[in-house]
Amino acid sequence: MSVLKSDSLPLRSEQDIVHARQAVRKLSQELAFSIVDQTKMVTAASELARNTLIYGGGGVLAWAVILDGARKGLRLEFSDQGPGIPDLALALKDGWTSGSGLGMGLSGAKRLVNDFDIWSEVGKGTRVTITRWK
Amino acid sequence: MDRIPILRMGDFLLVTIQVDMHDRLAMTLQDDLTSRIEKTGAKGVLIDISALEMVDSFIGRMIANISGMSRILDARTVLVGMQPAVAITLVELGLSLEGVQTALDVDRGMRALRKALASEEEGPCPS
Repeated sequence: MSVLKSDSLPLRSEQDIVHARQAVRKLSQELAFSIVDQTKMVTAASELARNTLIYGGGGVLAWAVILDGARKGLRLEFSDQGPGIPDLALALKDGWTSGSGLGMGLSGAKRLVNDFDIWSEVGKGTRVTITRWK
Repeated sequence: MDRIPILRMGDFLLVTIQVDMHDRLAMTLQDDLTSRIEKTGAKGVLIDISALEMVDSFIGRMIANISGMSRILDARTVLVGMQPAVAITLVELGLSLEGVQTALDVDRGMRALRKALASEEEGPCPS
């Protein structure tokens, strides 16, 4: 697997969530994703960016356009150095929330992408990686 | 501060969301709309989201809240113009916007509101 291009964006404010959505929309268009796939990826990014900001206390979105054999994909990595998630299995359940959200963020975002990976350690932070393939 | 304009058309309020909303803007709209319903005595609210390319759980919740709050304030809400890709994504995300009335476009939404209002005014048949 090779990285064709990559960059990162800060996730420190609500406006940064909007910027993240716009960046992901642009990248999805460049990769010629279908409208539905673009919308899914942008929506997943919005959910995860908000999690990073609200629960992680802010962090970074690192994106990469990747090539795996003949297929291209968009990989997004949301990371923070926040409190971490004590019970990952619980956090991935539909309808579960520790905050004021609907509890759809993590589980919902997972359903909207092809690959989903989460790492979290209490006191260290959380990193969620998602990929959608063309 | 940014605000989303709310237009008054007779008994109805019309909101057209044309910008990519940050969370606080969505919350402001919720507050503005409920106070406008109270001030104007509006009987219906049309929210046009045809320009929105994405509705995530936050915006979805704001829409459901507006619908619920306006009902309590004796006004109906119709959500119009949702793009098909947005509808597909919303349902997969896990939000089905139950209890929110929808229509394909502003015209149909307006008709639905007028019809609902007319049947309410007729009321139950006197015995």
